Amino acid sequence: MTATSCFHCGLPVPKGSNHSVMIDGAERSMCCPGCEAVAGAIVAGGLDNFYRYRDSSSERPEDASPQPDRWSAYDLPEVQQQYVRDWNSERKLASLLIGGISCAACVWLIEKHLGQLAGVEKVSVNASTQRAQICFDPAAVQPSRLFAELERIGYRPAPATASNSEGMIQSEQRAALRRLGVAGLGTMQVMMFAIALYFGASSGIDGDMERYFRWVSLLVATPVVLYAARPFFSAALRSLRARHLSMDVPVSLAIGLAYAASFYATVFDTGEVYFESISMFTFFLLLGRTVEMRARHRAGLASGGLAQLLPLTAARLDGEDVCNVPVAALAVGDRILLRPGDTIPADGEVIEGESGVDESLLSGEAALQQKTPGSPVYAGSVNGDSTLQVRVTAAGQSTRLSAIERLVERAQLEKPQQVALADRVAGIFVGLVLLAALTAFVVWWQIDTARAFWVALSVLVVTCPCALSLATPAALASATLRLQQLGLLVASGNLLETLPRIGRVVFDKTGTLTRGEPRILRIDLLRDDWDEQRVKDVAAALESQTNHPLARAFRAWRGNVSARDLKVHTGRGLEGVIDGARYRLGRADFAAAVKLEAPAGEGQWLLLADNTGPIAWIALGDGLRSSARAAVAQLEERALQVELLSGDQSAEVARLAGAAGITHFRAGTSPEDKLTHLQQLQAGGQRVLMVGDGLNDVPVLSGADASVAMMSAADLAQSRADAILLNGDLTVLPKAIGLARKARRIVRQNLAWALGYNALALPLAVCGLVPPWAAAIGMSVSSLIVVLNAMRLSRSDAGSGSARESSAAAGAPAGQKSWS
Amino acid sequence: MDSLYFLIPIAVIFVTIAVKLFFWAVNSGQYDDLETEGRRILFDDDEPRERPSDKDGQGD
Repeated sequence: MTATSCFHCGLPVPKGSNHSVMIDGAERSMCCPGCEAVAGAIVAGGLDNFYRYRDSSSERPEDASPQPDRWSAYDLPEVQQQYVRDWNSERKLASLLIGGISCAACVWLIEKHLGQLAGVEKVSVNASTQRAQICFDPAAVQPSRLFAELERIGYRPAPATASNSEGMIQSEQRAALRRLGVAGLGTMQVMMFAIALYFGASSGIDGDMERYFRWVSLLVATPVVLYAARPFFSAALRSLRARHLSMDVPVSLAIGLAYAASFYATVFDTGEVYFESISMFTFFLLLGRTVEMRARHRAGLASGGLAQLLPLTAARLDGEDVCNVPVAALAVGDRILLRPGDTIPADGEVIEGESGVDESLLSGEAALQQKTPGSPVYAGSVNGDSTLQVRVTAAGQSTRLSAIERLVERAQLEKPQQVALADRVAGIFVGLVLLAALTAFVVWWQIDTARAFWVALSVLVVTCPCALSLATPAALASATLRLQQLGLLVASGNLLETLPRIGRVVFDKTGTLTRGEPRILRIDLLRDDWDEQRVKDVAAALESQTNHPLARAFRAWRGNVSARDLKVHTGRGLEGVIDGARYRLGRADFAAAVKLEAPAGEGQWLLLADNTGPIAWIALGDGLRSSARAAVAQLEERALQVELLSGDQSAEVARLAGAAGITHFRAGTSPEDKLTHLQQLQAGGQRVLMVGDGLNDVPVLSGADASVAMMSAADLAQSRADAILLNGDLTVLPKAIGLARKARRIVRQNLAWALGYNALALPLAVCGLVPPWAAAIGMSVSSLIVVLNAMRLSRSDAGSGSARESSAAAGAPAGQKSWS
Repeated sequence: MDSLYFLIPIAVIFVTIAVKLFFWAVNSGQYDDLETEGRRILFDDDEPRERPSDKDGQGD
C-alpha cells in the first residue's frame, strides 16, 4: 500500500490508481471512481470550500449508479404521499433522511448544493438527526432530482417516512432541555441564597433575614421540584404500580421528603432546609439522563426501520407490459421483473433467468447465491448481474425480512434484565435506609418525642441523595463522555454497568472483523510479459460494467484501460475486448479452455485469460481490519474469551479467524442459530458482548448482554445496539472494557466514601455534636470529592500503550484537517 | 442589608424572564441541532471564485 490517502474519503489509495481531481489549485489523488465523481461534482458546483471546512473525512461513496432513473419511483404520487407534504398552494416540503453526514461542513455542502437547483426554495439540514427539510416548487423540480443530486455529492438519501416517532422524539428532547434549564437556573439561585444561610449560620444572622432567605429559596426551589423533577416522580409511580422498586423510587423519595421537610421547616420556622441539595440533585440527575437520551435518539433516528431496506416500487409484469407499482400493492402471484442491481421487494420464486443474488444482508454470506428458475429469492437481497423474472410468494408482513424483524422483537423481550439487577441493588438500599430511618424514629420516640421526626428525616435526607444521586451518575456520565472521545457512542445507560461483567466477546465476520469489501489478496502471473499492474488494469476494465460485489475489488484501477463488447456470463465470469484482444475473467473452466488447478492459498481464485491461454490467477478476499489482531490480543489479555460467529462458509471463516488470532469460531450460522448459540452461552452463566454490523446480526445484538454496532452497520443494527463504534477501530473495545471496569471501581469508591461519611457524620449530627455550618461544609466537600473522583474517568486513557491505529483504519487522518 | 428585601425579588423576576426566554428558544427549535449552528458562521459564502471549474467532474 502506498502512503497517500484518498483526499475525499481518507482511505489509502492503491498503487496504480490514476484517479484525481483538481481542488484548490492542486491535483488531489482519489482512491476510486466513486470518490472522483463526488469530488468532481463538489468542485464543479463551486463548493470546494467544503474540504477546507470539514473536520473529518467523508464517507466513501458507492460507484456511480448504473441506472440514471433509479430515483424516478420517488416521483409517483402514492410514494410522494409518504414523505412530501404541502407547504403552501405552490410549494411542497420533502423530509429526507440523509446518510453520510459526518460534520457541520456536510450540512453546509448539502444546503448550498441543493440551494443552487432551480425550484428549490429552502433547505434545512439537521446534522444530529440526519434529517433534511427541503421546500421546493413541484412545477420546477421533481423529488427524484433532489435524490439524484444528493447522491452525486456523496450522500445516501432516503425518504424520512417515520415522521411520527420523530415528532415524539423532538418534543421529548425539548421537554428534557426545558426541565434542565429550570433545574440549572433554579440551582444557581438557590445556591446563592444557601451561601448566605451558610455564612449566617457561622457568623450570625438576623432571624428575619434568615426567614426571608428561606422563603425565597422555597419560592425558587418549588418549580425545580414540581416541574423539573416530575419525570422522576411519574417514573417512580409507574414502577410502584408495577410492584417493583426502580432507581426512581429512592430518588423521588429523597427529593420529595427533603422538599416536604424543608417546606415544613420554612413555614413553621424550625429545623433545617435542604433546598440547595434538592435542586442540585435534580440538576445532576437530569443532566445525566439528557446526555444519555440524546445519544440514544441519535442512534435511533438514523434508522428508518426495516421498511427502508426495501425499494418503494416494483416493476410488475402485466401480460407483456412492465409497470411501476408501489411495493405495497404487490400481491402473492404477481410476476415482477428484477434488473441487475435492483433490491428485491418481496419473497418469491424465480421463473425466468439466471443471476447471482447478494443475500449478505440476510444471511451474512458474502458470496453471491446463484439463482435459477425454481430457486427462492428473499425481500431485501440485491439482484446481481442479470435480469430475473420472479413470481411473488410472500409480500409485506409475511416475508423473511419481516420474520427477522419479529425475531429482533422477541430477542429484545428475552434480553437479560440488567435493569432489574441495578434496581434490585437500589431496592435493597432503599429498604436499608427506610429501616434505619424507622429505627432512628422509634429509638428517638422513647428519648425525645419532639425530635424523633427530625432525626428520622435527616437520616433519609442525608443518605439518599448524596450516595445514590451523585456517586453513580457522576461517574457514569464522565465515563460515557470519555468513551465518546475514544470513538464509542454509548446509546444505552446499561452498557457501562454490564461491560465489566462481560466474559465473552463475540464478533461477526463480514464488515466487523473485516472491512466488508473484497480486496486483491494475491496475483500469480502465468506469463512473463505481463506485470501485476497490467493484470489489474485489464481485470478492472472487464469488471467495470457489473454490479457483482467482487467487482469492487478492482474499482481503483477502473478507467486505466477501456474495454468494449463486455458480456456477463452469470455465475461463470466476464468477457470483453481490450485493444483488439479478447479477454475472459472468471472461473478457471470458463476463462481458459485448458484444465487448470487453482494455486493453493486463501481467497477466491479468478483466472484471467486471453485467446492464447491463461495469463494470471487473481485471489480475492475480504481483508481483515488493521486493528482486529491487536484488539483480539488485548481482549484476551483482559481474560476475555473471544469468538467468531459468521453466516459465511467455513474455509473463509477459518482463514480470517486464524489471521485475527481467534481460536473459537462457528461458520454457516443463520440469524436463528446465532441467537440460539448466544442464549446457550447465557444459560451457561456467561455474559456476552456482541459486535456486529449486518442485518443478520440484529437479533443477536438485541439479545446479547451488551452490544456494539459498527458505524457502517445496517441502520437497524445501529438502533438496536447499546453502542456504536464510530471510527472502525476495534482496539477501542478493550479500552472501553477497561474504562468500564475503572468506572465500576470509582462508583464503589464513591459509594463507600458517601456512606462512610454519612455513617460517621450522621450520629454526630444527631447527637448535636456538629454545628450546622460544619455539617454544611462537610456535605459540600463530600459532594465535591465524589464529583472530582468521577472526573478522573474523563481524563483516563484506559489501556494506553497500544499504538494509535494507522489512518488505514477508516479513521480521519490528521493531515486531512486543513490545507491551503 | 435592607436593600436585599428589594434586590432579591428583582433577581427572581430576572430569573423568571430568563427561563421564559429559554423556553421560547427551545420551543422554536434553536436547540434541536447543537452541532451545526455554532459553526455555520465560520463558513464563508461570498468568497470570490478564482476558477469556476477547471475540471468537469460530471463525465462519469
